Amino acid sequence: MKLTVDQVRHVAHLARLALEPEELERFREQLSAILEYAEVLQELDTQAIPATAMVVPLENVMRPDQAGPSLPREEVLANAPQREQDCFRVRAILD
Amino acid sequence: MELFELTLHEASDLLRQHLISSTELTKAVLGRIEAVEAKVKAFVTLTPELALEQAHQADALLAGRAEPPSPLTGIPMALKDIICTKGIRTTCASRMLENFIPPYDAIVVERLRAAGAVFVGKTNMDEFAMGSSTENSAFYPTVNPWAADRVPGGSSGGSAASVSSGGAFYALGTDTGGSVRLPASFCGLVGLKPTYGRVSRYGLVAFASSLDQVGVLAKDVTDCALALQVIAGYDPNDSTSVDTPVPDYHRGLQGGLRGLRLGVPKEYFVEGMQPEVAAVLRQALDKLSELGAELREVNMPHTGYSLPAYYLIAPAEASANLARYDGVKYGYSDQKAEDLWDAYARTRGHGFGPEVKRRIMLGTYALSAGYYDAYYLKAQKVRTLIKQDFDQAFKDFQALVVPTSPTVAFRLGDKTGDPLAMYLSDVCTLTANLAGIPAISIPCGFVDGLPVGLQILGPPFAEDLLLRVAYAYEQATTWHRQRPRI
Amino acid sequence: MEYEPIIGLETHAQLLTESKMFCRCRADYAAAPPNTLVCPVCLGLPGVLPVINRRAVEYTVMTALALNCSFPEHAKFDRKNYHYPDLPKGYQISQYDLPLSQNGWLAVDSPGGPKRIRIRRVHLEEDTAKLFHVANQGETYSLIDFNRAGVPLMEIVTEHDFASVDEVRQYIIKLRAILRYLGVCSGDMETGAMRFEANISLRPKGSDKYGTKVEVKNLNSFRAVLKSLQYEMDRQARLLEAGGQVKQETMGWDDAGNVTVVQRSKEEADDYRYFPEPDLPPLVLSREWIESLRARLPELPDAKRQRLVAQYGITPYDAGILTGEKALAEYFEACAARHPNAKAVANWITRDLLQLLNSTNTTIEACPVTPDSLAQMLKLLDDGVISSKLAKTVFEEMFKAGKGPEEIVAAQGLIQISDASQIESIVEEVMATNPRAVADFRAGKEQALTFLVGQVMKATRGRASPALANEILRRKL
Repeated sequence: MKLTVDQVRHVAHLARLALEPEELERFREQLSAILEYAEVLQELDTQAIPATAMVVPLENVMRPDQAGPSLPREEVLANAPQREQDCFRVRAILD
Repeated sequence: MELFELTLHEASDLLRQHLISSTELTKAVLGRIEAVEAKVKAFVTLTPELALEQAHQADALLAGRAEPPSPLTGIPMALKDIICTKGIRTTCASRMLENFIPPYDAIVVERLRAAGAVFVGKTNMDEFAMGSSTENSAFYPTVNPWAADRVPGGSSGGSAASVSSGGAFYALGTDTGGSVRLPASFCGLVGLKPTYGRVSRYGLVAFASSLDQVGVLAKDVTDCALALQVIAGYDPNDSTSVDTPVPDYHRGLQGGLRGLRLGVPKEYFVEGMQPEVAAVLRQALDKLSELGAELREVNMPHTGYSLPAYYLIAPAEASANLARYDGVKYGYSDQKAEDLWDAYARTRGHGFGPEVKRRIMLGTYALSAGYYDAYYLKAQKVRTLIKQDFDQAFKDFQALVVPTSPTVAFRLGDKTGDPLAMYLSDVCTLTANLAGIPAISIPCGFVDGLPVGLQILGPPFAEDLLLRVAYAYEQATTWHRQRPRI
Repeated sequence: MEYEPIIGLETHAQLLTESKMFCRCRADYAAAPPNTLVCPVCLGLPGVLPVINRRAVEYTVMTALALNCSFPEHAKFDRKNYHYPDLPKGYQISQYDLPLSQNGWLAVDSPGGPKRIRIRRVHLEEDTAKLFHVANQGETYSLIDFNRAGVPLMEIVTEHDFASVDEVRQYIIKLRAILRYLGVCSGDMETGAMRFEANISLRPKGSDKYGTKVEVKNLNSFRAVLKSLQYEMDRQARLLEAGGQVKQETMGWDDAGNVTVVQRSKEEADDYRYFPEPDLPPLVLSREWIESLRARLPELPDAKRQRLVAQYGITPYDAGILTGEKALAEYFEACAARHPNAKAVANWITRDLLQLLNSTNTTIEACPVTPDSLAQMLKLLDDGVISSKLAKTVFEEMFKAGKGPEEIVAAQGLIQISDASQIESIVEEVMATNPRAVADFRAGKEQALTFLVGQVMKATRGRASPALANEILRRKL
């Protein structure tokens, strides 16, 4: 499966990754090669095979609804790249 | 013999007999690190003050008692820098988290603290555990202590190099596709990836959640058993943690191989395998027979599909796991951007290294509209087939013995230009992650002065059996006693 | 041309759990200062893992039962991938192809009789953080408070079954009542505990084709839902009338401007890349578990309404009002247990009491008049101790002072004068001062009597028994 630059650009947009033009081209080649390699999976007939999303045979893992302590606010904000008052600050959101 | 050359259990015995103190051990290890770190570059962050303080506390604890609370009490160790440590920066060897200081401890770290462990530092790794050589560290590559021009394996290369070079008595790594076992094999160590669900993942920075597991890198099988004992066990913070009793791994080491049926799946002796490595492995298998195990070939027909399946599943999960790094809450944040979305893209574009971006791209693509069924879903179905191969094999065999890697440690820079070639390094290890089963790599010989690893795979929660087989082999050989000259 | 709308509604309801969906931070963030109910899990720090809150699952199942849903053999959580500053992990843990429940219904009244609005699914997810948009000296930016992040959020999605805004109105009122009966959601729209998204298309009346759907988001009040839908209906109708075409887009409701505004067109549609949440094993809803939750369901509004009509003989209309709130219905039943005339009880509650509650912004739970007091007052009325006219005054006083009726009647001297001799003397006074009216009556003008009774009431400040005054006047005249 050969990817086009547009496809790579679209994926980069979905992943929110700013890529330089040469990165785009390099990823196009490398991802194409990997996907081509992955084509071998299509040899297998998996029509009747269920998917495995998780290997542990667990179900209904839940906790009781009991509140516990939260972090002190200073610890919550300690790693904030930008903060203002007691909040995290980000650039204006323009949709 | 220097103190840093001891094994964990030897050092622990000396501590218990009050022949040495934890402070002496710790100083010896810190001295060793100072001497070799410039060459090996095993660490991202060293914590000598903390280590000495913990050693001091351990000495106080040891002084009063005949029996220390744990064999790990007072023993210096290293943590892969993907395991969160409260108050100690945890970088994942990424620019993205270069200055990130977690406000909490991983559960394994909590357990080690409770056992009185001494933390000498956080070890280098491939960025976010994505790699097989530790060359994908954003900071610097780690060097194999056995040869200055070779990689230590990855992604837990720093953990392996630190133990191998005497900078720690044992270390924790993480294993998503072989990241504990491959470096163990390349550095002449014992490396164990436990069953998925055996060790809590809480506080282990996620790469691929359905595959990640914390593992142990140690100088011998006994050390590995002692460390596993402390970190294994149910944790209610990890919903995939399994609430099943933890056996006494140390006691289980004895018992030998007599009567054990071991399968040898020929699919692991892959095309492109170094013939000398294959020869070393054949000798190791012969040794196992000699020791009383019954070895037979077994077919595992889907083994060849595991690499492509893995390299779709792991990146898909990674693409979501790494979405949180957006420069808003913590970590690297681009401040030059014009608007929010530009800031996101630049933060992520600059904060992540090439391999991480490549895998995010691959995973995003595999999950995206129109490709989900052909890639992600297909891979998850193939995963079922791979798991079924193991289920089938474990009906006839108690464990399987295979190579850990088709080659010995390769040269620095050899594979950095070709991602696919690098991915092929994991061809023998990633099946255990896909199936969620435990696997151990132990030293089984040398090729050109470089260590070779023998891998033993077992059914879920058969760590005790793997350790028993490994121990029997280890007792009959001397490979594990070899130390690199640096 | 006449058009009819086809509307579907998504409701997000915050669940009234003690802790958040996947961590142990307290879920009730209403009064908490910013970023004080936050832990590594709900902040999405590297390395954290979610653990499912059992009560949130149970509340969702109970809601689904109340909405007549069925349950798949197993349910699971999925990751919904998108970036936004209010989404700490860069994905939301939600449910995609195997939600907790599906295929239910809720009945509303339509011109053609009762109609079932089909429920497509009821699922569970986590709420996002709160963003505050700031414009400060020419600089615009946003502040984030993560207290809300990770609060359990139940999503209830209908099929496109609404044929009018009025059906949507009824549905929301009923759904809210059900959630409040179950105690799973406060239903407070002003605090965001209940939020909506709608999609709406128009088609010529009678046609069976579907028009182009427009999604309307950001509907945070009852008013916003109704207004925005009406606005969209009008807008789309005008567009179609003018020969134009409706574009498939996502609109937001501008509450201040009373208009919908385009947020996003179809071309840039999201690709959420859902995949199974690897950190959470699936949920298996066993029959026993579902049945044990069914046993915990209270009597629901529709059933209660029917029962009140049958049991107390009150009107369906009154029963409807009384069952709008579980606590109100309980109040009614407590009064009715203490007083034989249930109709009178219903009257007093639906008129006087509700009016007082509304005008003073008091909830029925905080009502100062106990059911016992109301029953006592009705007894005083029945016994003729107070007049019906005075009863209103007494009741208002009871509400204001939070005291029993007897205490108020005694303190304010409001007891009805039923002593004939006392009234007789007042009647004589009134007759003496109103000779004209007396003459009129004697001349056959019946209305003059009403006037004279009124004068007696006035002279006694309303305390005279009107019946007695009437009787005595007649006799004397």
